[in-house]
Amino acid sequence: MRLWIFLPLLAICIESAAEAPFSTDELRELRKQWLLPAPTLHPQHKQLSELGKKIFFDTNLSIDKSTSCASCHIPELGWSDGKPTAQGLVGKPLKRATPSIINTAYSKVLMWDGRADSLEQQALMPFFDPLEMGLNEKLLIAKIASNQEYPNLFERAFGDSAIDSARISSALAEFQRSITASNTRFDRWLKGDESALNNEEILGFKLFIDPQKAACAVCHHPPNFTDDGFHNIGLSKQKPEDLGRYRFTPIPLMKRAFKTPSLRLATRTAPYFHDGSAKTLLEVIEHYQEVSVQKHNFSPSLLPVNLNKEEKEKLLAFLNSLE
Amino acid sequence: MKFFMTVILALLSMSTSVMAAEHVIGQKNKAFTKKSITIKKGDTIKFPNQDPFFHNVYSMSESKSFDLGSYAKGVSKSVKFDKQGEVIVQCAIHPFMKLKVKVE
Ligand code: HEC
Ligand code: HEC
Ligand SMILES: [Cu+2]
Repeated sequence: MRLWIFLPLLAICIESAAEAPFSTDELRELRKQWLLPAPTLHPQHKQLSELGKKIFFDTNLSIDKSTSCASCHIPELGWSDGKPTAQGLVGKPLKRATPSIINTAYSKVLMWDGRADSLEQQALMPFFDPLEMGLNEKLLIAKIASNQEYPNLFERAFGDSAIDSARISSALAEFQRSITASNTRFDRWLKGDESALNNEEILGFKLFIDPQKAACAVCHHPPNFTDDGFHNIGLSKQKPEDLGRYRFTPIPLMKRAFKTPSLRLATRTAPYFHDGSAKTLLEVIEHYQEVSVQKHNFSPSLLPVNLNKEEKEKLLAFLNSLE
Repeated sequence: MKFFMTVILALLSMSTSVMAAEHVIGQKNKAFTKKSITIKKGDTIKFPNQDPFFHNVYSMSESKSFDLGSYAKGVSKSVKFDKQGEVIVQCAIHPFMKLKVKVE
């Protein structure tokens, strides 16, 4: 009788030991690859960031006082806006989705088409875009100068209260560098907390990095789930057609190519893709499976994806653990 | 005399073929293995991809523009630089991958 109880138990033990998704050595290697290092910050980070935060949330810095950076990059919505494509001044639609700014501290290229290569370079673009905030340099500086709360913040950040656009972009960039996600359940699991992920999620991660399976990590590289690269992944049913990166690098490979986004906290930033065409993470997974069987001029990094229903659920569970 | 000429000619042609050198610059860890290189007109650079994902090699510089397409690990393609000048070689997929080629 006792033996009867013992045997199945033994069988379970043996089976789960055989199924351990990663060996200790593999885990050590994965930790080295996937854990985010601390971002590189300016020596005056704290003071710059304080000023940058004030600017980021200041709706007065738009032509009709309606819009701040945070109108589209909304903290509660993963610093995105929950819309398929962004909405500009007086409700005018923009042609692309608002990306999250989480972990942009690690980005080597910014914007869906990579037209900025640093946070500093990006920071003034929305102010001067007639559809986003509708100012020019003079107006921007005048608006900041008219607010009594700013001189002090400028002085603490720069030593004096002079306002110029280089200072504004530097403060905004430094504030955005403080918006990071590096302690998701996945990160805690990497650091050794075995209970942070369940087996389904761990197996989902295994599918994510396996080039024979989901092949996601071919582009969503460690540690920030992005290769800072541009790929045509077969979207863009939009009219007029959005050629993406091709505008800046006019070679065939870059037609309809967009930047690979990071995925930590992507749980919060639905809908997905530059055109907002996927409503859920499951729809994202379905897209990759569908597109990989089509023979088109898509990115050569799109490997065949053939996941069964169970595997899709595991992959989805993993994406949800990046929270 | 005729014999002499052929020997000299042979030597000359050998030396020119030796002069057109082949350089190798890999693509590894999302960077070219060198940031810049100075070569002679007529030299060739071979670009092996050493990363386990695709890279591209292209240039839009005035003195030499080309696009080698994208290729996987283990594959290598070459470009002959037949004009003097400065050529910026990049990977279109990862635009921060840059190589400056000075052709003398
Ligand atoms: C009207 C909505 C809107 C406003 C206001 C706005 N943004 Fe954006 N933001 C967007 C959209 C849309 C994009 C993507 C644009 C593109 O790629 O073409 C974007 C892209 C970005 C990116 C690049 C992110 C990445 O991963 O590449 C950063 C950083 C950013 N915005 C910061 C800011 C800052 C700072 C402000 C205020 C000065 C601001 N945004 C104001 C909608 C907005
Ligand atoms: C060929 C490179 C490549 C591969 C392989 C790839 N991705 Fe992507 N991924 C991208 C690019 C590029 C985008 C942005 C595309 C766009 O919006 O035009 C993206 C977007 C996403 C998004 C949307 C993020 C957002 O904020 O909108 C998710 C989620 C995602 N990928 C998950 C995955 C998963 C899961 C896999 C594996 C099944 C995968 N990716 C495989 C390059 C890739
Ligand atoms: Cu590359």
